[in-house]
Amino acid sequence: MPDPHDILFRALADPTRRAIFERLCREGEQTVGSLTVRSGVSQPAVSKHLGVLKQARLVRDRHEGRQTHYSAQLGALGPLIDWTSQMAAFWQTRFDRLEDLLKRMDQ
Amino acid sequence: MTNSATETLSVVVEREVPFPPEKIWRALTQPHLIEEWLMKNDFKPVVDHRFNLSADWGAVDCQVLSVEPNKTLSYTWAAYGLESVVTWTLTPTGKGTHLRMEQSGFRADQQQAYQGAKFGWQRFFAALEQVVARSD
Repeated sequence: MPDPHDILFRALADPTRRAIFERLCREGEQTVGSLTVRSGVSQPAVSKHLGVLKQARLVRDRHEGRQTHYSAQLGALGPLIDWTSQMAAFWQTRFDRLEDLLKRMDQ
Repeated sequence: MTNSATETLSVVVEREVPFPPEKIWRALTQPHLIEEWLMKNDFKPVVDHRFNLSADWGAVDCQVLSVEPNKTLSYTWAAYGLESVVTWTLTPTGKGTHLRMEQSGFRADQQQAYQGAKFGWQRFFAALEQVVARSD
């Protein structure tokens, strides 16, 4: 079972995929067809990216007739916010240790 | 949490340290000193050098991006599936050094790979901030 953080970071690390997610964030629910326009990649590629985003729970799909509509799920970004707070705490303690070391070091 | 100037997800820690940049530079670049405050490592202050930082809880894969002695040092930092960049900046002050560390969540070249990224990131962080506001 892969780490959920890992799935989220991998999903957002790809610039095309991130762009698709950003578009869903700012423009609201869309179909694969409308996402393909301006994406610079083929419809099957967009579908594949949406699959990865869905696995990371960053998007949700809704079927309506023959169309599938995708929407952004902002709540899935939680771990990303955790990452910044965890790293900030990590570096604060490392700065403390660095300062201790500097006091002990010779000029 | 966010830095609108660089439009990237970043963590910044900065402090005034009462020592000259040269001394801090040694602590940032000599492996036996790095180990004392950060982690075990095989660091070399050479551009493109790949190194690892290791601790009981895991390892971080890194590669040196830039070295400007006593001024700036940056390296990639890959852990938990996320590649980020750590940049150290040392600025001398009257009493010592202003030491700044910035860790950016996504590399600039990855952001620029998509033409709409600039606008997208602003919106993305607006969205992130909404999530933060809701979780309070």
